[in-house]
Amino acid sequence: MKINLNNREEVFESEEMSINQLLAAKNFTFRMLVVKVNGVLVKRHQFDQQMVKDGDDVMVLHLITGG
Amino acid sequence: MLKIFNTDMPDSYPEQISKYLSRFTVGIAGCGGLGSNCAVALARCGVGKLIIADYDIVTLQNLNRQYYFHDQIGRLKVHALRENIQRINPAIVVKAFDMKLCVSDVIELFSGCHVIVEAFDKAEMKQMIIETVLTQMQGKYLVAGVGMAGWGKSEIIHSRKSDNLVICGDEVSEVSATLPVLAPRVGLVANMQANEVLDILLREFTPITP
Repeated sequence: MKINLNNREEVFESEEMSINQLLAAKNFTFRMLVVKVNGVLVKRHQFDQQMVKDGDDVMVLHLITGG
Repeated sequence: MLKIFNTDMPDSYPEQISKYLSRFTVGIAGCGGLGSNCAVALARCGVGKLIIADYDIVTLQNLNRQYYFHDQIGRLKVHALRENIQRINPAIVVKAFDMKLCVSDVIELFSGCHVIVEAFDKAEMKQMIIETVLTQMQGKYLVAGVGMAGWGKSEIIHSRKSDNLVICGDEVSEVSATLPVLAPRVGLVANMQANEVLDILLREFTPITP
């Protein structure tokens, strides 16, 4: 599948994957995250159920302290 | 006809921008390094109303990066910031809320704002306001600051957009004992946030040639 991840095109071998699988594939091990799929927020407890498919627009934001 | 035209000279560009911005309200969640500097930049441009919220007081340690003065140590940040903004431009309306924001406060305080600026320190609070705005205030513009600790590395500071969410910062530099937040870099991100707010507010601004 081909998705748009953080405004960049990314290609994965699997046809679809869960948010957790996507985060693992990208080595995103952040504690505090905001994830949106096609403009809709996905809460952490949905990371195993929510699937990402070809053509999806995914935003992963790593929240870090400081300000 | 010519006489009327001469006496009704349009304002200069900066005056037109300031007049145009005076109709808008911007919410600022947190008045530390990001919030205090961002609020001052927006006030200088003429944004009409600022709703500021923070529960902290000004300390000596804050003065290396936050828009406060030595004689304001010990005062509530929201009161000191209101005073500093009104010393710059007394016409700006500043609503100051001395409180630690929770989900319902965010909705109540900022629902009337055209844009909200996320200027918290803690990652947990950043997550809270982003989730709240995305799920309960859909369509509202939110400009967040993520990653600005340390010094140098100006070239990795950026802004990126995801619908009505704008993220400013380097998204990697977390504050720590050996990587403090300092005036120049937090100032870069705070002013980048203010710049993104203007980009949103001035979308339909059509200047009249002076």
